Order: sequence, then structure tokens, then C-alpha cells
Amino acid sequence: MAVELDVFVGNTTIMDEEVYQLWLDGYTVNDAVKVRMEGGVLEECEASADVLLSDTMDQYRTFHMCERLLHSPTKLANQLLFQIPPHRQAILIERYYAFDDAFVREVLGKKLSKGTKKDLDDISAKTSVTLKSCRRQFDNFKRVFKVVEELKGPLVENIRQHFLLSDKLARDYAAIVFFANNRFETGKRKLQYLTFQDFAFCAGQLINNWTVGAVDNLVDDMDVDLDKEFLQELKELKILITDKDLLDQHKSLVCTALRGKTKAFNEMEANFKNLSRGLVNIAAKLTNTKDVRDFFIDLVEKFIEPCRSDRWTAADMRLYLTHYTNSAHILDTFKHQVVWDRYMGVIKSCIFKMYHD
Amino acid sequence: MPGKLKAKIVAGRHLPVMDRASDLTDAFVEVKFGNTTFKTDVYPKSLNPQWNSEWFKFEVDDEDLQDEPLQITVLDHDTYSANDAIGKVYIDIDPLLCSEAASVISGWFPIYDTIHGIRGEINVLIKVELFNDLNRFRQSSCGVKFFCTTSIPRCYRAAMVHGFVEELVVNEDPEYQWIDRIRTPRASNEARQRLISLMSGELQRKIGLKVLEMGGNAVVGYLQCFDLEGESGLVVRAIGTACTLDKLTSGTPASNACNSPSKDGKESPLAHGCRSTHNSPVHSTCSSQRLSQNFSVSVPTLIFTGMGSGGSAGKEAGPLKTLLRQQTQTALEQREFPFFTLTSFPPGFLVHVGGVVSARSVKLLDRIHNPDEPETRDAWWEEIRQEIKSHAKALGCHAVVGYSESTSICEEVCILSASGTAAILNPRYIWGTLLARFEEQSPPSCGFCHIPYDELNMPFPAQLTYCYHCRRQKVPDVLFTTIDMPPEAAVTGKGCLIQARLCRLKKKAQGEVNATAISNLLPFMEYELHTQLMNKLKLRSMNALFGLHIQISVGENMLLGLASATGVYLTALPAPGGIQIAGKTPGDLNNEHHILTIQKRINDTIAKNKELYQINPPELTEELVGSPIPEPRQRSRLLRSHSESSDELSELDLSHGKKDAFVLEIDDTDAVEDIHSLLTDNSPPTGFYSCNTELMPGIYNWTSGVQMFTSVRVFRLIHANLTNQGLNKIFTDLCENLLKSFYFKLRSMIPCCLCHLNFTVAVPEEELIQVAVTAVAMTFDKDHSQEKSADKPTTKGCNETEEQLQFPLELCADSSSSNNQPSSKISGTASVDYGSFADRCSTWLELLRLKAHTIRRGSVKTSRRTQSLAHSGDHTHKYRTQFHNSVTVVKMTPLSFLPGTRIIKYLGIINMFFIRETTSLREEGGVSGFLHSFIAEVFAMVRAHVAALGGNAVVSYSMKECVLMENPNKNQAQCLINVSGDAVICVKETDQEPMPSTTNTGQTCSSGADGAT
Repeated sequence: MAVELDVFVGNTTIMDEEVYQLWLDGYTVNDAVKVRMEGGVLEECEASADVLLSDTMDQYRTFHMCERLLHSPTKLANQLLFQIPPHRQAILIERYYAFDDAFVREVLGKKLSKGTKKDLDDISAKTSVTLKSCRRQFDNFKRVFKVVEELKGPLVENIRQHFLLSDKLARDYAAIVFFANNRFETGKRKLQYLTFQDFAFCAGQLINNWTVGAVDNLVDDMDVDLDKEFLQELKELKILITDKDLLDQHKSLVCTALRGKTKAFNEMEANFKNLSRGLVNIAAKLTNTKDVRDFFIDLVEKFIEPCRSDRWTAADMRLYLTHYTNSAHILDTFKHQVVWDRYMGVIKSCIFKMYHD
Repeated sequence: MPGKLKAKIVAGRHLPVMDRASDLTDAFVEVKFGNTTFKTDVYPKSLNPQWNSEWFKFEVDDEDLQDEPLQITVLDHDTYSANDAIGKVYIDIDPLLCSEAASVISGWFPIYDTIHGIRGEINVLIKVELFNDLNRFRQSSCGVKFFCTTSIPRCYRAAMVHGFVEELVVNEDPEYQWIDRIRTPRASNEARQRLISLMSGELQRKIGLKVLEMGGNAVVGYLQCFDLEGESGLVVRAIGTACTLDKLTSGTPASNACNSPSKDGKESPLAHGCRSTHNSPVHSTCSSQRLSQNFSVSVPTLIFTGMGSGGSAGKEAGPLKTLLRQQTQTALEQREFPFFTLTSFPPGFLVHVGGVVSARSVKLLDRIHNPDEPETRDAWWEEIRQEIKSHAKALGCHAVVGYSESTSICEEVCILSASGTAAILNPRYIWGTLLARFEEQSPPSCGFCHIPYDELNMPFPAQLTYCYHCRRQKVPDVLFTTIDMPPEAAVTGKGCLIQARLCRLKKKAQGEVNATAISNLLPFMEYELHTQLMNKLKLRSMNALFGLHIQISVGENMLLGLASATGVYLTALPAPGGIQIAGKTPGDLNNEHHILTIQKRINDTIAKNKELYQINPPELTEELVGSPIPEPRQRSRLLRSHSESSDELSELDLSHGKKDAFVLEIDDTDAVEDIHSLLTDNSPPTGFYSCNTELMPGIYNWTSGVQMFTSVRVFRLIHANLTNQGLNKIFTDLCENLLKSFYFKLRSMIPCCLCHLNFTVAVPEEELIQVAVTAVAMTFDKDHSQEKSADKPTTKGCNETEEQLQFPLELCADSSSSNNQPSSKISGTASVDYGSFADRCSTWLELLRLKAHTIRRGSVKTSRRTQSLAHSGDHTHKYRTQFHNSVTVVKMTPLSFLPGTRIIKYLGIINMFFIRETTSLREEGGVSGFLHSFIAEVFAMVRAHVAALGGNAVVSYSMKECVLMENPNKNQAQCLINVSGDAVICVKETDQEPMPSTTNTGQTCSSGADGAT
């Protein structure tokens, strides 16, 4: 004998958060039942394995039916099929759009294309996130990307409104979209030590300061594309390293300010020209899309690594960059203060964030 | 000629993509009523079209308004080929025809397609302008209110309860018409949906006419069913209780309104008691059963089984004929059936309860030749009702309450069943003599338990004792009823769901042979079911069943029987005796040991259950009662010894030939199995209670958590040679596992009670057993649940009585000014007359005859009510704006109320029928996936209709039909679902005053309409 059909439908849709998570994580029904059994629900409710299986199936079906709606969360609020209390809806959406840091690190900055999707099994094997879950996360990225691509207005706000996500999650998605759009390289071995949150922070900085939207908030793609004019202007900063006088002057100002304040002073002084060249060259090259992609790797190679090999502490870094930035204002022949600030403001916070083990 | 229906199509949203190329849709809408069709413009290239159409106006007869639904079809325009239908919406406009219900229908409706399910939504606005109709001979019955609720709806007062109304209409089932061969299943399913919608409209109109004829203005306990008779056609039938209801206005003393059932005026806790009888078929067989004879005493039902064959040919089987003959006389005396579909009553309505009466009849279906004259079907039901009536009479009762009818069809065999509770009602009540005060004191809370029949001339052997509550009247030892427990009844401890389950194999056969085989099996099944019920009741140490519902379902090779009821310990009834086990061969030592073990287990279970359900009857009573009757003492002695030393018992009791404890004789393996199954019933886990009545006896402080659910399970029997025993086990496990599943799923609601657990069984195919359950889980406050006092009921009842009684007086005085209630005046005055008559009328029959007169007089006055339609309702409008958020939350419950809220308005009946089909079963997740989404869709459509009426809840919701057919090989499945309920507006209970624990439901409808504004 066998159960041919078994359904349970509540007027208020019944959803167990634990089962939802298992479903999101890509567990099969049977695996989910195992996990739940180990979790001890059974003892607590005097139920049997059959009951658990039946319950899990019901919930999986419900989630499966809801999935279509979760693809456009605003529909979830005014659809009629499922009666779900608003706070539950919020949880459903938030969890559905949540992602694994391990997974996102793998696709961050990659083109959200079919090609990448084909590599998901490798990523799944590498990150031990189930393939099903990888697909969901990837599709979420892609979906958000597609929707906001065509919208005017601030990126984070658009994501939040269209996908009803929390502020935090919306910011993370903004970062993902931003990285995917600009195809920043994040996969190199040297960048492996950086977490998604490091990148997300940097993305936030870039979005807020370097995009078109940072100066004008009525343009298409304003938060997704970097401000071309600004990138052009960055070339002017080259004078800081090409003009010998200026470079020396800058160095002496910085060294004066730093002397006696740090143990790494000697290394700073010795490396000043190299480091300054590194940062200014990064700025100057940003007009090339290729170099934009290498922005993070350049930061690490040209600046962070040398500092790290000299054993700078985080405080050293802070001190150095603050003076490095501020001293440029005192250079009387240096005319590009505004651009400099806009550039260094972001660089500073990015490096602070990225300077760790 | 009296009506103008106006509809406006506002917009659509979430439409499906119909044009793959553009990923968009060019949608337009056809609006059809009767034979008139209007179309909107095409709104090109959008999934969220804004048609904002003009008002489409239909000028129609009110007869059509009642029969026809408004049909809205959304289509995709296609220049080159036929337009594709996206889906349809059927809107029943009946609620707009009643002054007190909704005035506008406005909202988002799911667009439904039988293949694709819900495909987007459409926003529609509908209004009706009714012209006054002075024609007395009209065919319409606009304005008669319908309620599924089986009690007087809260926020109404029953001025008069007129009695039973029934009607049926038949038609050919489109599915079986020749045209079906050439058209798509989708087309025939749509035709079916349309037809059934039309038939229910017609049925409702016809019932409404009967109500008007009787002088009533409402039908309460309206129960409509479909019989899908296959090739022989489609029958839609309905029964209900005609009433004259007065709306309670804001000024009314509200306090009582809503107790569970009733509301009407006076309720003296009269009683119902029930007892049982059983008639010949069972009787003859029972001696051969294992149960000792005493047992037969307690078989609580009058069972009638007749077999008719040959449909319209109407050859009656022998026994039926004789019975019919016996009844002819009565039938002549009185044409009407004194039946009431209500399950709970205004205080004072019910005097005594006799017991459950039921009748079944097996018929062979035959083509319905003339749909306009459905005489055969009418005659069938007539027979059954006569049977029921005569059973009630045999119990010394003149009425049947908690009455219901059902069918089970398999191929051409059909079992018709009817059951109810024989009762004595307060005749004055029926007359509407609200003005007359009761001279006698309200009987105490035990009154309904007192036997209605003559002690010396009992209709069946029963054991009587003096009432444990009042000590004045006799009560039976066990009481079975189909009604809800009267709120004033005193109970000890808590109640629980008790089910008896049974499978019986039968040979496959055709035609009459088959019908005979089935009708031969029926009495045995009823008997077994009752035995099980009784044993389980004893095992729980309880002495009464409420809400008893026995369903017998027929399949090709088996019959399924499922009896559900809520067991309680009524304080007024004697404590139940224990269960004794007796071996057949006393000499065998092994055997004896075995018996002792079983006996011990049984005793342990009883003790455990007593604790679980908190059944601790006061011990004192026994001594006090003692003297008048010798038996009770004996019994109590037995009982005591029973609990003390179970080991000696079997011997002892046997020698006594004891009158009260059951003896289960173990004489074969069957018996062992039975005892095992008795003991395997699981009690609900801690924190859960369950019952199949409106409320759980013993729980009074509900909190607002409510979760209504529907669950369906289908089991495939794989083993080829199953025995009855094996089948029983499977069936029992199926039901038990379902319950376990519910407990598990709803564990977050603990402490909680599953109320109104309604199981429906079916045998859809040869090896399948289908069980469908609809119920509601409600949370309650654990801390207070314990404190219910046994004595409160009486006083409470009296208070209410007084308050209510005054109400009609006031109404009469100023009825000229109260435009809302012309009818109340009528009933008020009328009732005065009857009151005086009533004293002289000693019999029910006379009363009935009198009543027939009134009906004629009353009908003139109904026209006044129509006038008041003009005042219909900006009220609803206000509510609407209030409740109209993005998506209104609509609560649903099978109960007549929602805890923590009060109903301020009834918006009309919801009665919907849907068919869903698929040709891609696997892709939709198999049958489970298919049915899961269908049920969710049905809920969604019900909610949308309620919200569009301006409501925020459905009460008395039920799923009457769920017929699933599958063909996995072809990857196809089809399902029909019929649901109904009452759409209401309810508001949070503002009354801070905690309801007295007695009134279990805790709702008042008192201050009526102004609560929400």
C-alpha cells in the first residue's frame, strides 16, 4: 500500500523557516527529512518519520509554487494565491535573496552570462554549496542585474524597491551588480584573502563617489557606470609623479609629518616614491576598461603588498594615507585638488578595508 | 422585469504572456449575463491592462438575476486566428439582491482557467439596481437571505423558525453529452462549471420562494450538494431551515448574541437528550455478535436500510414498502417534515433529545428523462425523510434537529443517507411567541438529557437512572446526538474526537445484485460502527457524543464507514461502566492469562484517559442519588471494584450478567484485532485537543489564532487479497496518521484545539481510499482553560432569556420608525396570536396546521421588506474603504464565528464550484502538486470574492465535494471542488469584558453595525 496523494493546504500558508532554509540550500526532500530528524523535531512532537516526510513534501511544494512570485517580490504582496502575513513575506524574500559568501566570491565581477552559469557545477564542487542553491543565487544576481540595468535613480534604492530587500542586502546586491557591470577582477590568487564584504564596502565607496550618480542623479545607469569625465580628469594627477619637484616636495611634506610617529617610518620614506607612483598610475590608467577591471589587483600589487612586506600596521597605513592625501593640498603648483580628493577619498577607505590578512 | 445589472471592467494585472514573440498580451474582456454580451476594447501589449470600461448595463428579470452568474471572460486578441481565452471569472450576484448584504462588488478576482489555474487578476465593479416588484406571483425570491451557518447567525435574532425547506434540480451532465466526443475536455468542463453555477442559482431561488411562501425571510443551515450521477445526470439539491430573522440593531442589548449558536431570544436550557434505538436489521443480527446483549441497548441509532432498484421504475424492496404503508397515515396528517438543519439553537428551543435517527437507502440510478420533473429523486428523498420522521416518532419526539442528507455514488449504485437527532422542541418557540414569557422555570442545564419517551414503553432497551444533576427526571446512560453541545450543558472535564472506522469488502457486481449486496451489508456496518463508537466512548470514560456524523461510502469492491463525533462526559448522565473482557473458553489457562493482560491494558487506558481529559466526576453524587433506583448503586459498586482490582472483574461481572459494563468476548481472532484497534487510537499530543463540533467542550477562552486547513490523502491498496481486518487496519492508520500530521504541522500553535474536524471518505477507484479533511486550529489561553464551572450555565441562560424577551416588545412599539425591520413587526404581532393558540394546541400536528395558516397570511407582508431594499447600503461602502488594503486578509473557518471578533454583517452566501484539469500531471508535481495548487487556488478565489463583497472573513466554510480523477499513464488528472460558506465582516472584539466562561465562544454581535465605522 502506498500514499498516492498527500496534501495539506492552510488558508494562511504554513511555512517552517527551518524547512525553507533546507529548501533554499538545495537539499532534496529525503536529505531534508534526515536533517530534520537529526535536529530532533520528532521527539519534541511525538511524530514519526512518515509525518516528517509528508510535512517536508508539503512545504517543498509550497515553496516551489511561491518561487515564481519570489522572482518579482512586489507581486508577492499583491498576489492572491497565498495568504502570507507581511512579516513572513519579508522573511521569505530576504532569505530567498540571501547568498553564500563563498559562492558570491566565486562569481563576483564575472559576467552574469550563460557561460558563467555553465561553470556553476565547478563552483558548487569548490564551495560545497549545492548546485541547486548555486543556480538560485546566480539567477538572483542575474535577475536583479537585468531589472536595475534599465532603471534611473540610485542603485541601492532601486534594488530595495523592486526586490523589497533590507538595506543591508540591497547594498550587497548593488555591489554585485556594480562588480558584474564593470567586470572587476576578483578571482586572482592575490585577491583571495579578500572577503565579499571587503569588496562590497569598496563597491559602496566607488558607487557613492566615482559614478555619474555621485554628481548627477538623473541619468541612466548613473550608479553602475563610472563617471567618464572624472576618469579623464584623473590623468591630470600624473603630474604628481612626472614632475620631479612636485614629487620631492610631496615626499618631504609627508615625511615631515610622519617622522617619529611610527616605527615603519624608514620604510615609508624609502618607499614613498614607489607607492605614490603606484597609486597615481592606477588613477591615470582608469580610462581603459581593462585597467578598471584590474583596479583591485593593482591596488594590492602596487600598494598593499609592498606595505605588508614592510610590516606596516593598520594604524601606520591610516597615518600614511591621511598625510599623503592631505599634503597634496599644500603643494602650491598642484591644481587638481578636487579630483585628488575624490580619488583619494575612495582609495583611502578601500585600502583601509582591504589591508588585513 | 425588475433589475438593472451594471458592470465595469477596470483593469487587469499579472496577466500571462500570450504572445511569445513580444512577451506581452493584447487583452480584452467579454462580459456576459444571460444572453447579452458586451466587450471592452483591446488593451494592446500589456500584462497589466487598464481598460477602464464604460458601465455595461444588463436589464434583466430578477429571476435571471438570481439564477445566472455574471460571466467575465478575458481573452487575448489575435488578428489572424481565433482569440485565445486567458480565463474566466464567474461572479454570483445574489448578495447584491439582498438589502442587508453587500451593495457593491468591487475588487480583484483571480482569472481562472480549468487547464492553467489562476492566470492573473481582473478588477471589476458591479452594481445592481432593483425596481420594486409588486407582482405577488413572481418567480424570484430576491431578498431572502441564505446562511450556511447551522445556528441563528450572530447579529440576527430569530423571530420565528418556520422549518424545513428542500428542493432539487436535475440536468444532464455536459460531460456525458454526445458533444463531449468532439469538443475538448476544457470546453466541457467550462460548460459544467457554468451549468452548475446556473443550477445552484436556480435552486436557491426556488428555495427562496418556498421560504417566502412560509412567511420567512431567510434560510439558515443551508446545505447544498451535487450528485454527479454520471450518465444519468447531475443533481443539485439543497436543504435548509426557513426562519424569520430580525437584524439586531446597534441599540440592542448585545450581550448574548453570539453564543455559539444562537441567539434568539430565549433560551432556556432545554434539553436535548439523546438515546438510541435500533431497528430490526440490527437487532436480528446482534445476538450473534460477540457483544453481550446489553450492548445492543446502547446502539444509539435508528437504522433503516431500504433498497430500491431501477430508479424511476421505483420497485421498492419489501421492507421499505411496509414501512411506507405504516407511514401513510402520518403523511396524510401532516405534509411537512419537522426537520431542522440547525445544530445549535436559541436557548429554550430544544426541550429534550431522544437520540440519533438515521436512514439509508440504496438506489439504482437511471437516466433522468425529464429534467423539469425530477420526480424520482424527489420521491427517493421523500421516502427517506418519512423514515426519519417515523423513527423520531418512535422515540417519542416530534422533531428532528441537526438534520443532514448525503449520497455516495459508485457507478450506477447510489446510497442515500439522512440523519439527525430526534428531539422535542418548545412549540411556542416555533410559533414565534416571543412575547410570552415562560411560566415554568427554565429547566436546569440537564434538561435536554431527560428522556422524551415513555419510561414504561421504551422504543429500545435502555438503562435509565435519575438525572445526576436534578435528580428528578430519568436520563439514559449514554446519549448520542448529531447536534452541537448546548452551551448551557454541564460537562466534566474536556471532550475529544472519537472516530469509528470500518472497511467491508464486497464482491464486484452489477445492477440489482450489487444494490442488494450493498444494502445487506449496511446494517452490519452501522452496527459495527456503533459498537466501535460505544467502546471508544467507554474507553475514554465519557457518556455522550455530539456532532455524530456517519458516512458510508461505496466503491466497486468495498464499503467504507467513518463515524466521527465529539465525546464528552455530561455531568447529568451516569458514569460509564468499564469494558470487560471475557474469554470463550474459560478453562484454558493461557487464554485466561492473555485475557487478564488485555483487561489490564484496557483499564490502564481508561485511567489514563480520565486523567488526560480531566474527568473527575464528583464522587458524592452517587450516594445522594442512590436511593430511588437500585441499579445505579450496583453500577457504582461495579465501577469501583473495577478500578480497584481489575483482575477479578471479568469473573465477577459475568456472573452478574451485568447491566452496564460491556463485555467483549474474545472468541476469535477478529475480536482480538478489534480490541487491539481499540487500544491503538492515539491520544493527541500534549497541548492539543480535537473535536468535530463547533467548540471543544471544556475549553472556553479562545485567543485569536486561527488556521483553517484542508488536507487530502489518497491511499492505494496494493496487496491483492486483503481481508476486512487488514483493510480496517489500513483505514484506521490512514485516519490516525492524518491526525498526527495535523498535530505536527500545527505544533507552533500549541496550546491549540482542532475544531470542526470534518472527515470525508471516498473510494474513487477500485484500489484507492481517499480521505479529505477540513478543520480549523484555534489557539486558547491555557491558564484559564481549567476554570469552567459546572453551575454557571443555568443562571446565564436565564439572564439572556430575559434580555432577549424584551427586545421584540420594543420593536413592536416603534416599528413604524424603524425602517430596517418591517418584518420583525410582522412576526411580532403574529406571534401574539399564536401564543394564545399555543396553549390549547397540545400536539405538534395541530401546531403545524396552524402554522400553515400563518404562512399564507404572512406572505402579503413580505413585500414590505422589499421596499426597504432602497435603504440598502452605503454602510458597506464605508467598510470597504476601511478594509481595502492591497490585499485584504480574509480569514476562513468552518465554525460560525471567529474567536476574538464579532460579526457585524453577513454579506451573502459563497457557493463555488470549480473544475481543474491537467494534461501535464508530472510537470505539475504529480497528483499531489496538482491538487495542492488547486486547493490553494480555490482558497484564493473564495477570499477574493469575499473581499470584493467588502468582507474580511468566511464563516461556516466547508468543502462539500472533492472528486479527483487521475490517469497517470496519460499524464492527466481532473478534479472538482465545491465549497461554501458565509461571507462576513467582522471586527475585533472591543468588549473588554471577558465573556463569562459559559458562553464558550466569546463573541457578541451586539452592537451590530456601528462597530466598524
